[in-house]
Amino acid sequence: MADTNLLYFTELVSMPVYDLKGRRIGRIKDAAVVPLVHPARIDRFLMGGTEAFLVIRYDQVASINLNRGIDLNDEQLVPYHDDEYMLRIARDLFDQQIIDVNGRKVVRVNDITMEVRKDQGRDTLSVLEVDIGVRSIFRRLLQGVVPPRLIRRLQHRIPPNSIRWDLANVVEPDPLRRLRLNISYSRLEEMHPADLADIVEELGPAERGAIFETIDSEVAADALTEIDPKMQASILESLEPEKAADIVEEMSPDEAADLLNELEDETSEEILDEMDAAPKGEVRELLEFEEDSAGGLMNTEYVSLHENASVMDALAALRGNEDLLESLNTLFLVDAEEKLCGVIPLARLFIASGGAKLKDLSAETLIQVTVDEHQDRVTELFDKYNLLTLPVVDEDGKLAGVITADDIISVLRAK
Amino acid sequence: MRKFLSRFRYHVAVFFAVVGPGFITAVVDNDSGGILTYSQAGAQFGYLPLWTLLPITVLLIIAQEMCSRMGAVTGKGLSDLIREEYGLRITFVMMALLVIVNLTNVMSEFAGVASSLELFHISRYISVPLAAVAVWFLVVKGNYQSVEKIFLFACVLYVTYVISGFLVQPDWKEAAIYSVKPVLLLQPAYLYMLIGMVGTTIAPWMQFYLQAAVVEKGVTAKEYAESRIEVIVGCVMTSVIAFFIIVACAGAIYRVQPREIHDAAEAALGLKPFGQYAFLLFSAGLFNASIFAACILPLSTAYTVCEGLGFESGVNKKISEAPIFYFLYTLLIVVGAGVVLLPKFPLVRMILWSQVLNGMLLPFILIFMILLINKKELMGEWSNPKWFNFVSWVAAVVIIGLTLAYVGMTIRGMQ
Repeated sequence: MADTNLLYFTELVSMPVYDLKGRRIGRIKDAAVVPLVHPARIDRFLMGGTEAFLVIRYDQVASINLNRGIDLNDEQLVPYHDDEYMLRIARDLFDQQIIDVNGRKVVRVNDITMEVRKDQGRDTLSVLEVDIGVRSIFRRLLQGVVPPRLIRRLQHRIPPNSIRWDLANVVEPDPLRRLRLNISYSRLEEMHPADLADIVEELGPAERGAIFETIDSEVAADALTEIDPKMQASILESLEPEKAADIVEEMSPDEAADLLNELEDETSEEILDEMDAAPKGEVRELLEFEEDSAGGLMNTEYVSLHENASVMDALAALRGNEDLLESLNTLFLVDAEEKLCGVIPLARLFIASGGAKLKDLSAETLIQVTVDEHQDRVTELFDKYNLLTLPVVDEDGKLAGVITADDIISVLRAK
Repeated sequence: MRKFLSRFRYHVAVFFAVVGPGFITAVVDNDSGGILTYSQAGAQFGYLPLWTLLPITVLLIIAQEMCSRMGAVTGKGLSDLIREEYGLRITFVMMALLVIVNLTNVMSEFAGVASSLELFHISRYISVPLAAVAVWFLVVKGNYQSVEKIFLFACVLYVTYVISGFLVQPDWKEAAIYSVKPVLLLQPAYLYMLIGMVGTTIAPWMQFYLQAAVVEKGVTAKEYAESRIEVIVGCVMTSVIAFFIIVACAGAIYRVQPREIHDAAEAALGLKPFGQYAFLLFSAGLFNASIFAACILPLSTAYTVCEGLGFESGVNKKISEAPIFYFLYTLLIVVGAGVVLLPKFPLVRMILWSQVLNGMLLPFILIFMILLINKKELMGEWSNPKWFNFVSWVAAVVIIGLTLAYVGMTIRGMQ
């Protein structure tokens, strides 16, 4: 069999342990990885048989064999006292939820597959995979009832379902223990925010808070906007106001305002207090508008230029607003009094010469709404004129913000 | 004053945001089996059993409150918690039992659909397959938010029982007296009926469903006060409906000639002399209750089992993403509806057996619930206070005692 050097954790548990003279001195009850020392090696075995557990260090083990058990090469064992740096497999991992980084989902641990490796003449165990799915459930149910050899033979009919150990992210709400177990969520930061949001939604509130506490604020902001609004609020409330403010600052002002609107007044004040002056001002302004008005929908991230500016000026302005480029598709022209007087689809810049006046490029009809226009009317306009963006002006005709098609999609989906 | 008003508005808003799980669970409790039990009680003993509704309501509230509290605080379903705290094997056994129990429950719901529509002269060979297909599509093709709205609407339809209760013009004075005056007849049939009322009211699946629904709804510990009100109102409403069912049957059947009835359709026919409307409303109510429970039971079962065993679940997932979830869901509907169409299938016996299994499963679930809710590391400040622990143990012992007595009597009756 190809898997002779594999050992399942369900097989390790209750394996007999023999001392140097070959006498049986106890059975394995649990085993632990010490992530700060080695990420995958089983570093400590906990043996029962006496009143308290005894701890076997990995280098005290001579051989590990499925049929015989574990033979020691050193029988100086110390009693177990709770070790904060141990990730105990049976206690901390079995039946708990972990994150499958590659499959981008939350899964429950049924069993662990380990590999027996020769290391300086000793057998050591190294965690290979976290087992999920039916095959490992089968193993768990029959563990201790049916001999391991027979279980191995029977399970071949069931397809395996496992996650590589290095792609499994343990979730730990306690920050101190997270440090001691060397758990980081940096790999989650590389995921698409929508995937991260799905994962977070599946976890409990404590775990959710833990993830948002630790990951980069920008990633947290992106993921947070993808989450169900009600849950967004409860996540933000569970965080320290400073961290919450960091995340809110990274959001676009309109999304930040929507989110703060969901919170109780006191909490949102606390968060606003912690924010930097510039984003705070914008968010505060947006908070003034009714949620279902154009003012409540709009955001203040746009690029506007004076009506006499040239294409060269426009390009310079775009270079100065690089962080907006990803979602930008329109430029706005304003007159000396900041009144909106034209819109230019971004693509027009490409075919215009550098010296051309922006005024001459602007679309013929100027479609705009005032801040207090109802959202139903706004969606109507988007539909009627096939808009991607719609400028919003205040009572004096001054440009106040812009509504984009994705805001409208959110409105329609919420219905 | 303004601050007070804004607080009040906030709480009302929160209340409507958390409404759903508590109402639905409590009301579905009056499924076809429940309606039969209450009809029997009224038809055979008139107004005498009414007093039991008060203690039943209290027991129901105690059980439901614990589940919704655990859901709100931990953000995890009951099967998740049992799995995490007590391991895979216990969870597996419970889930296996739950599937069997709920399968027989689904059968009795489809039998209720069949017999209620036969009152309107619709053959069961048409009604049951159509109902099964409708149930399957409703959940698979919808999303939970919209399905929940349909469920809430179905709750409203229970008002038919209230109206039909009025239409038979029962003796309100007697009904009022016996609602608060305990009467204990030392007849086996009377005792059996009293215990049966408790047995059908507090079922294992409800605890799982309620907690999962609270989690799905995203209720947080902070909103829990509102959620608790919802649970209590839901339980009271359920008993009010039960009251009117008993009163209707007491007024229509017991007053004419006390007798045993064997299915809820027979009770509906008994109302016929009191006008076409009383009969129609009672039958329509039975149909509504049956199809409503037939929607929820398979869904809740598939969800609970997959959560507990760590399979992908949820109606928002595609069939290829959550194959076991959809397999279980479909199986429960197909088998549950299928057997109703088999002419020789011993349905009544199956339903009795399901009540026996219900009774055997319930003690474990209640005990696990109380143990879990006392875990400080799970519930923190939300764990049971001492006095409530006392109350819940007493309630659990009472429920378990009565349920076991019911099981014993049912088994004796079957021989």
